[in-house]
Amino acid sequence: MLINVPETVVADALRGMAAAHPELAVDVENRVIVRRDAPVAGKVGLVSGGGSGHEPLHGGFVGPGMLSAACPGEVFTSPVPDQMVRAAAAVDSGAGVLFVVKNYTGDVLNFDMAAELAEDEGIQVAKVLVDDDVAVTDSLYTAGRRGTGATLFVEKIAGAAAEEGQPLAQVEALARQVNENSRSFGVALTAVTTPAKGSPTFDLPAGELELGIGIHGEPGRERRPMMTSGEIAEAAVGAILDDITPRNPVLVLVNGMGSTPLLELYGFNAEVQRVLGERGVPVARVLVGNYVTSLDMAGASVTLCQVDEETLRLWDAPVRTPGLRWGM
Amino acid sequence: MLDAVFFRRWMAVTSAAVDREAERLTALDSPIGDADHGTNLQRGFSAVRAAMDEEPPATPGAVLTRSGRLLISTVGGASGPLYGTLLRRTGKALGDAPEVSREQLAEALRTGVDAVRQLGGAAPGDKTMIDALVPAVDALGDSFAAARAAAEEGAVATTPLRARKGRASYLGERSIGHQDPGATSAALLIACLADASDASGAYEAGEASGG
Repeated sequence: MLINVPETVVADALRGMAAAHPELAVDVENRVIVRRDAPVAGKVGLVSGGGSGHEPLHGGFVGPGMLSAACPGEVFTSPVPDQMVRAAAAVDSGAGVLFVVKNYTGDVLNFDMAAELAEDEGIQVAKVLVDDDVAVTDSLYTAGRRGTGATLFVEKIAGAAAEEGQPLAQVEALARQVNENSRSFGVALTAVTTPAKGSPTFDLPAGELELGIGIHGEPGRERRPMMTSGEIAEAAVGAILDDITPRNPVLVLVNGMGSTPLLELYGFNAEVQRVLGERGVPVARVLVGNYVTSLDMAGASVTLCQVDEETLRLWDAPVRTPGLRWGM
Repeated sequence: MLDAVFFRRWMAVTSAAVDREAERLTALDSPIGDADHGTNLQRGFSAVRAAMDEEPPATPGAVLTRSGRLLISTVGGASGPLYGTLLRRTGKALGDAPEVSREQLAEALRTGVDAVRQLGGAAPGDKTMIDALVPAVDALGDSFAAARAAAEEGAVATTPLRARKGRASYLGERSIGHQDPGATSAALLIACLADASDASGAYEAGEASGG
């Protein structure tokens, strides 16, 4: 592992990020990444955060057209409320702040506590939960569906709306709409090694894969003998289309989990597009790359997001962040 | 009676126990979680120990309230808010009395456990820390030793359960057969309470002479 000691992994990464991105204000000690021009007058602040290990999510999505601030926690551990309160105070222009929260017990609890504390300080806070992972099938009896790839769609589209000066209630409604129209499914070809543990979190022999994994190195719902890229695309897209029948065109995110080469991801995308074509799902835009990762896990996830004219316009709107950049 | 010294000792003993057991807690968190439970609690209780040494709170309630706040500010994940709320709400329920009885502590701890249940939405049998805490609070009315045994039994009994809350719940049937790391650390916290009382010679003598 390319680290000094496990204890300083997050702080070290933040120092490096500060050096690479002078356009961001990176507070290494308090673990908050804020776009340098915040607060922007009249603009709703968009704050997200979560455990580290998913880069570029969330810190890499801070900048014009996307997040106003991000709060990185320890590896795979949600940040603490103090971070989100600090971020909210830094980005609030008086127009309010939207918290984008991936649906994990820890994130939900810490963001809830932060929202209460920020409101005590006179900041108007709205929250939207991202829960797009169809691999969690009996979600009524669990902590609910996990937030994975749809987080990128929510942060991009809500971020564009906020950048245009749309009010908090509208940005919140849009974020919720994007989440409701998104579904994801992921597969792992290897387990993940966290810096603290130093060895894989579960035993996944070569020649086998895990279907329906999350982004925290937890095993999936099912283990299978190795499948081809085409078979994996059929399983992933199939699981999503079992859950939602898109009537509108979709945004497609073919996301690498961290250590799957782009060569394989593009090949996988070809298979995903083939399956979508066979199933009659119209595709509006496609994004391929490592965006919502899980440290060194090999594997991929597919996220589909149904868009209408307005959400597609906001998706295409300019964005300038370390992890996502176009049109400006 | 139990004074602030006793409660500070509880926190110190817990911090040492978490250091000692961190690897085991993390190992339990590997097959059904994300392998960081020990590390996260270690970070939190180290902060608690440092704060207690630096500026020792004067009442039992203040010890727990301050410790709870520190856990919320340093641990993160689900365990930060859950353990933080447990201690903070138990501390608030103790008020500012300079000394409290074991019965009063049991009652306050029940308030804390109820707050955790409300925050996390877990019920007994969901394979969470609640499965150790609820029986511990029930038994604490009898003795510290009974609470320790009940918590340990509750933690071990999570093994055959299917997780319905927290990250292990995503595994469905595959969460069966593993002891819950949260229930295990909760049992550790209660065991440390019993250890603190064992180390409290004066308290034991007082209880014995009191009949």
